[in-house]
Amino acid sequence: MKILTANRLHDGEAVWFGTNGHWNEAIAGAAIAVDDEAVTALERIGVEAYENNQVVDVELIDVALADGEILPKRLRERIRAAGPTNRSDLGKQARPMISRAA
Amino acid sequence: MYRYDEFDRSFVNARVAQFSDQVERRLAGEITEDQFKPLRLMNGVYLQLHAYMLRIAVPYGTLNGRQMRKLAHVARTYDKGYGHFTTRQNIQFNWPALSDIPAILEELASVEMHAIQTSGNCIRNVTADHFAGAAADEVADPRPYAEILRQWSSVHPEFSYLPRKFKIAVTGAERDRAAIQVHDIGLHLKKDADGRLGFAVYVGGGQGRTPMIAKKIRDFLPEEDLLSYTTAIVRVYNLHGRRDNKFKARIKILVHETGTEELTKQIEAEFAALRDGELKLPDKDIRAIETYFAPPPLTPRPEGDDAVRQARLDSKDFADWLGQNVTTHKHADYAAVTISLKAIGEAPGDATDQQMEAVAALAEQYGFDEIRVSHEQNLVLPHVARADLKAVYDRLVETGLATANSNLISDIIACPGLDYCALANARSIPVAQEISRRFASLERQREIGELKLKISGCINACGHHHVGHIGILGVEKKGSELYQITLGGSGDETSSIGEIVGRGFAPDAITDAIETVVETYLGLRSDPSERFIDAYRRVGPAPFKEALYGREARAA
Ligand code: HEM
Ligand code: SF4
Repeated sequence: MKILTANRLHDGEAVWFGTNGHWNEAIAGAAIAVDDEAVTALERIGVEAYENNQVVDVELIDVALADGEILPKRLRERIRAAGPTNRSDLGKQARPMISRAA
Repeated sequence: MYRYDEFDRSFVNARVAQFSDQVERRLAGEITEDQFKPLRLMNGVYLQLHAYMLRIAVPYGTLNGRQMRKLAHVARTYDKGYGHFTTRQNIQFNWPALSDIPAILEELASVEMHAIQTSGNCIRNVTADHFAGAAADEVADPRPYAEILRQWSSVHPEFSYLPRKFKIAVTGAERDRAAIQVHDIGLHLKKDADGRLGFAVYVGGGQGRTPMIAKKIRDFLPEEDLLSYTTAIVRVYNLHGRRDNKFKARIKILVHETGTEELTKQIEAEFAALRDGELKLPDKDIRAIETYFAPPPLTPRPEGDDAVRQARLDSKDFADWLGQNVTTHKHADYAAVTISLKAIGEAPGDATDQQMEAVAALAEQYGFDEIRVSHEQNLVLPHVARADLKAVYDRLVETGLATANSNLISDIIACPGLDYCALANARSIPVAQEISRRFASLERQREIGELKLKISGCINACGHHHVGHIGILGVEKKGSELYQITLGGSGDETSSIGEIVGRGFAPDAITDAIETVVETYLGLRSDPSERFIDAYRRVGPAPFKEALYGREARAA
């Protein structure tokens, strides 16, 4: 199971490609690829967004679903999705609204 | 302090204009990321996990109140209200938008600061003893030479595309507080028998995945030859350093693979050709740069002794701080004050905009407008009258900056690790915080004595773990964090690389393991004056291995 993530070019914000067809600031709502075909499609979207100068550091990451929520396999990606673990006042975790908006 | 001349000013302004244009073109999609990345890296702009990161140079760790206020302003206006002071005596901001960076650089230029050559394969910000110009044990102030090196190395056409990054550190005292033996070039400023100034030159030290202690290749290099000799070293490196493998590209690998003797021969040959040329430093030029670093007017303040004696009796906390964070100054009525950025449970090296403002105000009022950033991620007021120490202390208490733990176990160096860094394997900051909380009692810390604990979140070793008396290296194993302990490292004049003591520890076991190491030391030291590092050098790793793994090893 994979999703597509990157950092937005102009401000570096971590973003995920969503089922709504946008690069969202929250991981919730990310488009999940479960088979090779879907992975290839995501890959293509990533390359395109990179070439369009929307995002940088594009990456497909492994995830699982836990209680219906997307949970990245690697701690690195969990921290990207939440913010620094020593500062709950910073990053996405400090802005619960954005996860709902996504 | 050094002041920009017309050339410096127009050079920095031109760079701001150039980079602003590059950012604009990048945002407009006129240049690709592949084209832009090397340009942003030459200007200190990285991309981390959550955002861009801007690394700003603090040349040889020296800044004034106005500059510190500007950093506070940047933290408040463009970032999230704090900055991270690093082992490279720089400051990093973790959240700037790329689109704001031109404005930030313009603001910085207005106070003579920049981010040039804080990344990329060039000669980086030259670091120096944080007590330079103040330390009682110093032969001469190393900063004029660091400034000369900075001027020489800034956009040096020959050395802007080296095989890899290149770091130079300078100290002016026997007691090495700049870790010169783990730099690409380490310079130890000293006097020869005739009283002339010059340098012992060390080459090929470094940390990262292949840590090495530098080799001394010159016992005495006259000061006028500084640039010709440095040029000779970097030229030989530039020609022969490996470009086929990034992990083998530092000069330490060249020294190792070529052999010190052969490499020294090549450097000396190059030097012989250069020595009487245009790089020879005229005495008047050195002395002219030196005047920028002339000590402030340290008027006699003999009332300090009484004031300190009285205040010490009145307050045990002040007495503790005095004992730990105040260093002897050249001038008997003055002292150098270490401002700990390691409050118990806080992220090492982080300072809020308010703390930066407070330090700036103290420097202006009591410290001749001078501040230093130490490679141990603390701040220093190098010249404070002893008579003013209590007033300074009281103000530091108000802003949470009076932790009396300089050189103790909670004075931890930690890199940003996996909480921020895109290269990390494991977190560093939470480990530092938990150890700091575990050893929160200053009484206990003082009983343990000098102990340098350093943490890196990956083998790049930005947190200096190789030279920690106790080092902690975060690795990733089967998707989880694991922490390896090294013992016996040291980054001073007796530098050594720590040795891995055994298998790593899970995040919830690392603090206990550190406590076991410390308790083992307390149990075996010959007397309370035997520091951890000395005890380790005396007994070796065996007792620590036994304490950490013995029981279970026997059970198995
Ligand atoms: C975006 C964050 C950072 C990145 C990408 C980064 C990258 C690296 C890399 C790749 C190395 C290994 C170089 C080599 O072995 O050739 C290294 C070493 C080092 N870095 Fe960093 N670093 C970062 C943050 C920091 C910070 C925050 C500090 C200071 C606290 C720092 C100070 C150092 C030091 C002292 C070394 C070891 C000395 C040496 O170059 O051998 N770095 N860094
Ligand atoms: S040591 Fe590794 S984790 Fe720590 S800052 Fe350097 S590159 Fe990042």
